[in-house]
Amino acid sequence: MYKTVLCQRHIDAGAKMVEFGGWLMPVQYSGVLSEHAAVRERAGLFDVSHMGEIFVSGPDSMRFVDRIVTNSVCNMKNGEIVYSVMCDDEGHTVDDLLVYCMGPQSWLLVVNASNAEKDYNWISTRVQGENVKVLNRSPEFGLLAIQGPKSVGIAAKIMDIPQDLKYYHFCVVEWGGSQLIVSRTGYTGEDGLELMVETGKTVELWDALLEAGKDEGIAHAGLAARDLLRIESGYSLYGHELDEKTDPISAGLSWVVKMNGRDFIGKAALEKLKPARKKIAFTLEGKNIPRQGFIIRAGGKEVGAVTSGTFSPVLQKPIGIGYIAIGGNHTGENLAVEVRGKEIPAAVCKLPFIKPGVKK
Amino acid sequence: MEYPDGLYYTKDHEWAQEEDGILVVGITDYAQGELGDVVFVELPEEGIVLKAGEPFGVVESVKSVSDLYSPVSGEVVEVNQDLEAEPETVNSSPYDRGWMMKIALSDPKELDKLLSAEQYMEYIKSLK
Repeated sequence: MYKTVLCQRHIDAGAKMVEFGGWLMPVQYSGVLSEHAAVRERAGLFDVSHMGEIFVSGPDSMRFVDRIVTNSVCNMKNGEIVYSVMCDDEGHTVDDLLVYCMGPQSWLLVVNASNAEKDYNWISTRVQGENVKVLNRSPEFGLLAIQGPKSVGIAAKIMDIPQDLKYYHFCVVEWGGSQLIVSRTGYTGEDGLELMVETGKTVELWDALLEAGKDEGIAHAGLAARDLLRIESGYSLYGHELDEKTDPISAGLSWVVKMNGRDFIGKAALEKLKPARKKIAFTLEGKNIPRQGFIIRAGGKEVGAVTSGTFSPVLQKPIGIGYIAIGGNHTGENLAVEVRGKEIPAAVCKLPFIKPGVKK
Repeated sequence: MEYPDGLYYTKDHEWAQEEDGILVVGITDYAQGELGDVVFVELPEEGIVLKAGEPFGVVESVKSVSDLYSPVSGEVVEVNQDLEAEPETVNSSPYDRGWMMKIALSDPKELDKLLSAEQYMEYIKSLK
């Protein structure tokens, strides 16, 4: 099992450690609800160093990156970031990722930890005579996410964050004699930053951010809080809403699939696709929590399954995301989730479950 | 983690305390720690009769869900209604205000099959 350089810090802070995507990671410190509250109201600090960093460079790199992801990168400028997915030839999802434009010949792809090696192999074997270099540089970097309404102010105490750094933009910031890639991104629905730092400086940056945020009540935040925050915000998680059998259209991600005037891996399949199922979000009556794999029924008939579910501290009710079949003889109304043999009525709603605090 | 002496314990991580043939039942400090923040406790109807080892309810935390098993056979005489509004009491006070049900013991011999605090602590160690 892999460990991030912060592993001992987590253990010292009393974290419960679990295996996640091949990594030993902190699932919680003080408790998932208090960590969630810290991020929604103040600030939380996450170690997301397990995420993968793949660099693509060279004269043909823009054309190449544009061919492997579903979102268009051709109009991107240095300092911009887009969310995208990578598809295989069948239009199924290899991974979802962030694409950083660091110049017309330099691109950074931030990918899921559990998929980093698979993605690197996938990407490097897609090169067809293009003059590009693909490097998996994940071990060279730590990645910290500071999230919550106070987070940018906290980081600004110890480094020069440009006041006008916009959502889904990044800049290079000098800190402690090294250069950080600081982006206004996150996975919580709150305002915040993600800071990419050389591995050897990661612990120092972690300590400095915790110290800087003391007065604001910054909290250590673990994977359980991260999952809760992303579900409330309606973000997909690979292995739940996305996988190698799911296309981005069915997953409600048409907005990151740009068909016009370009070609990309999976385009032909996606053009022909007639989705057989669709992603839905719902709240559940009562207090039982829908869990991944629970069956969704309409009029007693099985029509789908839950992919993510939790108890929303903001809404004070159980919430879930899942897929249901399109067509058939159900209307998409009168849905229920089967919880240990009982059918619990579900009310379909729109994503996100809660109003985002991010400044778009 | 605390495991008070004088309580009975089960391998399903319930504790039980006997008072005049009535057993007060809850989940252990270990169990609440493993579950994390509890958000819902589903308890039985009062008057229902349970067999030893039978599920009597469910505890849902943000992270996971777990069945509750009756340590002994008998009739449920009271459940902790306060847990409906304050399920987090299971985390903050597992052996006191976080109790779950009271059951009228039908066969006192069943108590012999339960673990002591010392035996339960040994059992937990074997899980790690």
